[in-house]
Amino acid sequence: MTPELLEQGARAKREHDEHEAAQQASGGRGAAYGRVVHGGEPDFGTGVALYLDDVTVSFDGFKALNALNLMIGVGELRAIIGPNGAGKTTMMDVITGKTRPDAGSVSFGQNVDLLRLRENEIAGIGIGRKFQKPTVFEALTVFENLELALKAERGVRASLLHRLDGEQRARIEATLETIHLKDAAARTAGLLSHGQKQWLEIGMLLMQDPRLLLLDEPVAGMTDEETERTAELLLTLEGKHSLVVVEHDMKFVAAITEGRRKVTVLHEGSVLAEGRLAEVQADERVVEVYLGR
Amino acid sequence: MSAQGLRISRHTLGVAAALFVAIVLVPVLNRFVPAGSALHLSDYAVGLVAKIMCYAICALAIDLIWGYTGILSLGHGLFFALGGYAMGMYLMREIGHDGNYASDLPDFMVFLDWKTLPWHWTFSASFWFQAAMVLAAPGLLAFVFGFFAFRSRIKGVYFSIITQALTYAAMLLFFRNETGFGGNNGFTDFKRILGAPITAPGTRIALFVATACVLVAFYLLARWLVATRFGRVLMAIRDAESRVMFTGYDPVAYKLAVWVLSALMCGVAGALYVPQVGIINPSEMSPAAGIEIAVWCAVGGRASLVGPIVGAFFVNGAKSWFTQAFPEYWLYFLGALFIAVTLFLPQGLVGLFRRGVRRDA
Repeated sequence: MTPELLEQGARAKREHDEHEAAQQASGGRGAAYGRVVHGGEPDFGTGVALYLDDVTVSFDGFKALNALNLMIGVGELRAIIGPNGAGKTTMMDVITGKTRPDAGSVSFGQNVDLLRLRENEIAGIGIGRKFQKPTVFEALTVFENLELALKAERGVRASLLHRLDGEQRARIEATLETIHLKDAAARTAGLLSHGQKQWLEIGMLLMQDPRLLLLDEPVAGMTDEETERTAELLLTLEGKHSLVVVEHDMKFVAAITEGRRKVTVLHEGSVLAEGRLAEVQADERVVEVYLGR
Repeated sequence: MSAQGLRISRHTLGVAAALFVAIVLVPVLNRFVPAGSALHLSDYAVGLVAKIMCYAICALAIDLIWGYTGILSLGHGLFFALGGYAMGMYLMREIGHDGNYASDLPDFMVFLDWKTLPWHWTFSASFWFQAAMVLAAPGLLAFVFGFFAFRSRIKGVYFSIITQALTYAAMLLFFRNETGFGGNNGFTDFKRILGAPITAPGTRIALFVATACVLVAFYLLARWLVATRFGRVLMAIRDAESRVMFTGYDPVAYKLAVWVLSALMCGVAGALYVPQVGIINPSEMSPAAGIEIAVWCAVGGRASLVGPIVGAFFVNGAKSWFTQAFPEYWLYFLGALFIAVTLFLPQGLVGLFRRGVRRDA
């Protein structure tokens, strides 16, 4: 480990502690105007779940994200589209702590600065992410995969002593039902089909009970029927969770937005257009860069 | 559920059988069956099995960190040696005035013309202090090393190479006379342990039984561990670490916990090894020693717990036969064995006997 890394880590920690202390001291007034907010707890009082402000990420001079601004409301379902290299996956990497932006800020609720948290801490405050390539624990059974994702203490000691209670077991059963894998509960996850793995990963997100779900191409590799069922599932989640869905499949985007929800078009790392699907599809610039005419 | 019950009872049976052999059968066959009888177990055989059981503990330790967590350490020989040296220091002091120089100091210090004990030998005459050091020395080193390595997200082959470099550096350090660990000769010529003559048949059997009990205890500990959610997180880290992080677990804490446990197990194995083999020197820290531990585990079968124990017995049993029958071919055989297992038995020897086990996927 280099001294710079050490210093950087210490600085980030100090800033985070100061930030938390300041929030405790002010009773959260600075962030939320009179409501009592606890240090690390996100506050959704103003109806904003996620706010990206002027976020820039560059890799060797190439700007993957270029002053990106994005606001997702509480309980909103938002579809994000854009050609390859538009920065969709990089945006998710920034939100979940995998990539640090060069500039800009990302906040969860009104008060939690995501740039100060590590991946597991970000997951812990309620942001779940589905990867482009389905990522499940292949050596474990479907049931065990869901069990690991179950909302519970994540420490080493808690894991050593962890036992499922009846209520938790019921939640896992219910999720198995939702993702149509009830019969496969005892199967090794590595043996599932591609589409089933996608479902399992979505199921794991549901077990985490996140406030915000980020789904990166959730229907890639699914059959038409599976795609349809996925759209239905996501629609049932709207309201309870905020959802950000990145997808190429226009039929799927049309299905989940139902002609009225907002679609954001990314291009070269920033927002090109925002609006209902029909509107953005009619937008000259979108047609030019994305639909390739 | 009945299959589950059957598996547990078979497993309990296996553990009970191993304990019976170790605690009853071996002592009886060695001590009470006359030397001429076909059933007699020679002192040599008892010593060999005891030595291999120490190796089996190391293989089990590697299995937890490599087989289950996917982190290949090639430096576990270092933790083994540290445990061994901690025990060896006590054994050196226990020699008392019976050494060649009949001095208060261990022979090698007299030879170096030292007048007083170095500072780190202050409490070495106490068995219990040194027994604590058997855990503390490898445990602390593993904690500090692991903390920085895992925090910096050093993974895969880079981690393996660093562990290898670490054990090599430690070997060079222990080779130096001024470090106070007997230089390249290490410690040997032990006379007593806890007052009992160390080569007496009774002492040897007691050490044998202790080693067997520790092996069984560690096996049961490991079996419990991998059955908890902790164990499932380890396997999850092995298969998809990023998913583990995005599910809210901090992999650093989990890796560190199993890494330190694994080092402690090796330390204890080293401490049991030294009084039975009668010598500890820096060659235990050589990079080859660390690689061998991983080979035992791979040959027996990773991520199976029984596998590494089988592997340690198989490889070392073959080694002791080969090095007598065809001494010049042993290394060729070991190399061929490793290649054959990698190509044809990715699950090791126990893979031959497992069918329908769900970890097979």
